[in-house]
Amino acid sequence: MVKKGPIFSFFALLIVLGVIIGFAVNPIIHKVNLGLDLKGGFEVLYQVEPLKAGQKIDKDAMSNAVAAINKRINVLGVSEPNISIENGHRIRVQLPGVKNEKRARQLLSTTAKLEFRDYKDRLMLDGSDLKPGKAKVAFDQMNKPMVTLQLKDPKKFANVTKKIASYAPAGNNQLVIWMDYKKGDSYQKEVGKKNHKFISNPGVDQELNTSDVQISGSFTMQEATTLKDLLNSGSLPVRMVEKYSTSVGAQFGQDSMHETIYAGAIAVAVIMLFMLAFYRLGGLIANLTLVIYMVIVMAVFVGLQAVLTLPGIAAMILGIGMAVDANIITLERIKDELRGGKSVLSAFKAGNQRALPTVVDANLTTIIAAAVLFVLGVSAIKGFAVMLLISNVVTFLTSVYGARLLLGLLIHSRILNDHPWLFGVKRSDIRGTK
Amino acid sequence: MELNEKMNYKHYNKFYDRFDFMKHRNVFFVISSVLIILGIVSLFVFKLNLGIDFSSGTRVDVQSTEAISIEKVDKAFRAMNYDPERPVVSGTHKNIATVRINEELNQHQIATIKSKIKAQFGVEPNVSTVSPQVGRDLAKNGLYALILASIFIIIYVWIRFEFLQGLTAVLALIHDAFFIVTVFSLFHIEVDILFISAVLTIIGYSINDTIVTFDRVRENIKLSRKRLSSIEEFGAIVNLSIRETLTRSLNTVLTVLIPVVLLLIFGSESIRTFTIALLVGLICGVYSSICIACPLWAVMKVRYLGKRKKKRTVQTQA
Repeated sequence: MVKKGPIFSFFALLIVLGVIIGFAVNPIIHKVNLGLDLKGGFEVLYQVEPLKAGQKIDKDAMSNAVAAINKRINVLGVSEPNISIENGHRIRVQLPGVKNEKRARQLLSTTAKLEFRDYKDRLMLDGSDLKPGKAKVAFDQMNKPMVTLQLKDPKKFANVTKKIASYAPAGNNQLVIWMDYKKGDSYQKEVGKKNHKFISNPGVDQELNTSDVQISGSFTMQEATTLKDLLNSGSLPVRMVEKYSTSVGAQFGQDSMHETIYAGAIAVAVIMLFMLAFYRLGGLIANLTLVIYMVIVMAVFVGLQAVLTLPGIAAMILGIGMAVDANIITLERIKDELRGGKSVLSAFKAGNQRALPTVVDANLTTIIAAAVLFVLGVSAIKGFAVMLLISNVVTFLTSVYGARLLLGLLIHSRILNDHPWLFGVKRSDIRGTK
Repeated sequence: MELNEKMNYKHYNKFYDRFDFMKHRNVFFVISSVLIILGIVSLFVFKLNLGIDFSSGTRVDVQSTEAISIEKVDKAFRAMNYDPERPVVSGTHKNIATVRINEELNQHQIATIKSKIKAQFGVEPNVSTVSPQVGRDLAKNGLYALILASIFIIIYVWIRFEFLQGLTAVLALIHDAFFIVTVFSLFHIEVDILFISAVLTIIGYSINDTIVTFDRVRENIKLSRKRLSSIEEFGAIVNLSIRETLTRSLNTVLTVLIPVVLLLIFGSESIRTFTIALLVGLICGVYSSICIACPLWAVMKVRYLGKRKKKRTVQTQA
């Protein structure tokens, strides 16, 4: 006799799952964080080096550097920046979707040490004399952009300008404004050049008792804005040297994402057809759990706020193959038992029971490899490992327990009794039949 | 089913049901040894084509709105005073060219290249630059991960199965990983950072196949209910276990090969080396699990039991 209860539960379960998935898919897809290889953007690995002799690069120095970089990135308005410390003395900065790469790079790596020196390169004032966060872009009488600053102590400025003004008879009354002055730089050498290293060299004729300073070089609007942003976010406490950089054009990223997703979609379709052809009803159930699997994997991935990269998509597609593997192991076992002459119900029970340890061992070894990758890997590899780990864990949920639940309901209804062909077993293959 | 029943059971009608995997074991061992020697020679002669991830320099991916010619790309870079090395055209529409420059460019140079290439080809190019130290660290890190993963896997299999199976499983796995390296060396395919993740994926995957077969061996030994000692007895068990799990092994590798092949055909250029490594590793993985790991284990097991027996006899005589 066919029992109607389990069949009803089976379809009720399918409808509930269908509705949940239907509502969940859109919000999940829109919340996926795309990595810069899919979105375009750039990534730089900086080596952190001491700014002054004797400066130690310890944990504090590193976190100060990261804080300073963070401030500068905020200026850029990048939505999903990712800054991480690697190997103790390297900083990886990822800026997906950044529009003006040139400006971003400049903003990031300039130490931004502003200094006022005299004609003989003697230090007069530096960044620590400025009121923090008070730099502004303004326009001079010629309507050209300039940057205005505020000093902490007008008296100090008065002293400095008095001294500079005293060089006037020899024509050396310039206050030279430097950005990132390096040892060996010399005003005398630079002043004759067209592209001089210093920002500007205004002449000072008298003592200025004020806290307002204007820097007017021959700025473009963008240069003035960059200078202002640099001054407001403060100078970097360390020197950063670019060791690795990669930048992906937005078009490139988009194309590779579309290509990879296209390949993945065809792959899923082919796998589903294969499972249907080979395992019939068992294959159908496997396909249903595969859909649920993909939704859960994406949901967990989004929930962890992981960043989807190209290797991540590849791991997901690979994970699909591995999830199906769990189904195959179980279904092959069930077929074995059916061929051995067992009834559908006891073949289902024995098959599931015997397949479980195999699936566990097979998946755990992969989890070990993925975990090692996660701990040791950097950036793109880490994304790959996260996806692989999630895939393997979710496989247990859907391909083992999900499939067992769904198929179990159908089998307990007895509707499948005497229909071993529904699992792809030929009657002639069953032991004891001719 | 009892073991004897299973062994005499005639309804298995797949093409491999009569194939004697144990009898041909020496053929497989020779094939694999030859491949390993070939790999070692190739590593010395051709070396590995290391991408900039592992060496140093700059890599530029130029994309165009139309098909691209090597000459045009070459000219564009020479006009900027760079010496481009081996531009390679790829992409389904032949509209992507990859250029390597053997110097690390600074941010100013990169910005110039980007704007000039964009003006000339219509799409903003990808530019990556690496200094040698970072590349070395990456390679070291990858090798470290490989060794660590192998150790953990041996320990796991040791606990769940037995030490000899753990050892042969890892030997099969190193065989697969090395075969990927061999193919990349022989055909001069560029090795980049994703290559390491591909090799590690294969390690997780190849072990998968081996475990499933060993799992069946373990089960059939239990069913046999007697102490096995000769190579014939172990051989019979190994043959039966391989045949029983072969449909599963082939179907599984097929379901993973499907996405990999499709990624290779339709997927993005940037993961090409990754998918090639996976493809090679998957095929080699299924071969090594079936034809190497199981027979090798049987041979080692018999030798180990023989040695132990000898020891015991010596002890009793004394």
